[in-house]
Amino acid sequence: MDWLNIFVTTVEAAVGVETVFYMLAAIGINVHFGYTGLLNFGQAAFLGVAGYGLAVTVATFHLPFFLGIAIGLAGAVVLALVLGIPTLRLRADYLAIVTIAAAEIVRLVFRSVTFKDVFGGSDGRYGFSEQFFAMNPFSKGEYAIGPVGFNERVLWVLVIGWILVAFSCAVVYMLMKSPWGRVLKAIREDEEAVRALGKNVFAYKMQSLILGGLIGSFGGFIYALGNASVQPDTFSTELTFYAYTIVILGGAARVFGPVLGSMIFWVLLVFIGNTLNELIGAGYITWMSVNQIGAVRFMLVGLGLILLLVFRPQGIFGDKREIALDAR
Amino acid sequence: MRRAVIAFTAFLGGLIFLLAAPAYAGPADCQGVKGTLKFQGQPVNGAKVVVTTEDGKPVKEVTSNAQGTWDVQVDKPGKYKVTLDVSTLPQNAEVRGGVNVRTPTVYEKNCSTVLFALNPKGGAQTPGGQPAEDEGSSGFWSTAAQLTFEGFNLGLIIALAAMGLSLIFGTTKLTNFAHGELVTLGALVAYLFNVGFGLGVIPSAVIAVVAGGAFGYLQDRFFWGQLRKRGTGTIAMMIISIGVAMFLRFLFLFLYGGRSEPYTEFNAQAGIEVGPITAAPKNFIMMGIELAVLIIVGIALLKTRTGKAARAVADNPALAASSGINVDRVIRVIWTSGGAIAALAGILLGLSQTVKYTMGQDILLLIFAGVTLGGLGTAFGALVGSLVVGLFIQLSTLWISPELKSVGALAVLIIVLLFRPQGILGRRERIG
Repeated sequence: MDWLNIFVTTVEAAVGVETVFYMLAAIGINVHFGYTGLLNFGQAAFLGVAGYGLAVTVATFHLPFFLGIAIGLAGAVVLALVLGIPTLRLRADYLAIVTIAAAEIVRLVFRSVTFKDVFGGSDGRYGFSEQFFAMNPFSKGEYAIGPVGFNERVLWVLVIGWILVAFSCAVVYMLMKSPWGRVLKAIREDEEAVRALGKNVFAYKMQSLILGGLIGSFGGFIYALGNASVQPDTFSTELTFYAYTIVILGGAARVFGPVLGSMIFWVLLVFIGNTLNELIGAGYITWMSVNQIGAVRFMLVGLGLILLLVFRPQGIFGDKREIALDAR
Repeated sequence: MRRAVIAFTAFLGGLIFLLAAPAYAGPADCQGVKGTLKFQGQPVNGAKVVVTTEDGKPVKEVTSNAQGTWDVQVDKPGKYKVTLDVSTLPQNAEVRGGVNVRTPTVYEKNCSTVLFALNPKGGAQTPGGQPAEDEGSSGFWSTAAQLTFEGFNLGLIIALAAMGLSLIFGTTKLTNFAHGELVTLGALVAYLFNVGFGLGVIPSAVIAVVAGGAFGYLQDRFFWGQLRKRGTGTIAMMIISIGVAMFLRFLFLFLYGGRSEPYTEFNAQAGIEVGPITAAPKNFIMMGIELAVLIIVGIALLKTRTGKAARAVADNPALAASSGINVDRVIRVIWTSGGAIAALAGILLGLSQTVKYTMGQDILLLIFAGVTLGGLGTAFGALVGSLVVGLFIQLSTLWISPELKSVGALAVLIIVLLFRPQGILGRRERIG
């Protein structure tokens, strides 16, 4: 048993690229689901559109990096409009079904052979991050505290990622304290009452969908840059459901809920995965193989989601009165 | 015992290596190019076909067999170059139009058929374009007929699963994301009895349908029913069902592995021709079973006491309860029968494709599309909507590439919601 290795990978998971990526996706979902009560099951599409917007602009069309960022963000806004217009007037489950369908459409188009010249098929796109790493202020080398460390490229991605997390949290905090945020929460509690007060509920919901989508698209950029590539199957519906688990674990409608949720989620997942791996490697567990660890991790996520919603829907830090769990 | 368990896990572990990317199910496990060479009505044996990638890297060389067919499986989708070696053709034959190279596109999990039409040498030189075009138009209609048949078949399978989903939604207001896993369960239980214990497909299917019904009953008795009693909200239940779906799906992966396998019977059946349609006999029998089950369920809903009670509960549970209907019992019957017909759908899907752990997830969105198109909560709407989805998916391949056929169906779902949000048979008030 290599406990040091388990410890190091677990600590790295608490702040790593994947954690930040899911954190941003979850902050976006928190705006949708936690504050507004919108069931967006297509968050993966927002991340995918942003990541691919950047990758395709730079790698396929050889345009500048920041234009790619702009196109990625614009893509997320357009997607929000396309999803919102048919469904935001309907009951919650329609939005859920349409967004999950849209996320699959986006993924299938990205991985199709027909559009391989643009999106790169199932291999995805790479070779678009040179300009980003050219801006790297850290010189080459390992940056470590004790045994936990990252190289200069990962560190640069992480710095930008955590800045985006801080920025998103600040925006969410200030907006939700504003009159605008109070209208969102009122929509979550009773849409009809808000409408009776003369507010344009549809417009508010649409703004919320766009805001959450944009925050999610930051996650798409971080993923694309952290891996220096994008593949279509990253943006499958499992991503969205992981992010939902994170939001509910941390506590919906809490600014830091998704941040802490993502850290706890990945620490647990990585710790369990590595411990199982070591136990199997050392011969303590013989009834399963290393290749089944992935399946076990997913099973635990599913089980965790069930148990959380049954026994503690407000998550670790949330308030039960603030969770939108009844359809209206 | 212990050794057997180790061997079993090692076996499963090895199979996990075969885990394909989770993607939409294609029609069969075939990814490559194939074709049949015929000259004056006779198959051409021993003709050499060379397949290379687009930029000329060799993939494989094959020769046609006694039936004139050849088949090359490839690892990756993409464009390929297929060259027919004219020197291996019968002496008096030549390729029509003189071009012996084709560049087909292979889509993921799909086989492209490559056509080389052979003419007698020096015979009446038909100008290349004209006859081919004639063939194209008659080919279009026969393809359309064939696809309509396949679309009906797929639509009926979707309808079987959609009926249960729609009835459960109607009576409990649960949008059950784990319904796809009930479909997979049916297919896997049948696989276990068929391949694991060596039973025939038909007795295995019966066992699997019973198991599916039992699982539906137990799910409601010990899980969803308890949650309803606690007063869990509908959105909370929807998210719980996602957790259930994830748990079950990866439990299936854990137990069954990432492989994709057929049942032991009814596999390579020779096609029979009915009018313009060629299909294996099993497809006709499957369609018969699907239709019979749907008709029985429909009659049960319209004529029997329980069926009437189910429709009353779907319409207004409080009113139904106050008029003396045992709502919990009705819901339990719905769950049991919904689980059983979902399992049946899984077996039929496994028979027409192969059995794998993602088959339910792959079809779930199509089930949702069918249910939503027909109108959430209406049993007959689910039937109509599913048929529309099935037909649309297959017929759209006339114009768009097969890998994008599900995209078309899902896009139609979004467009229909724009103009008729209550679905085809839904009532306006239902969408609130």
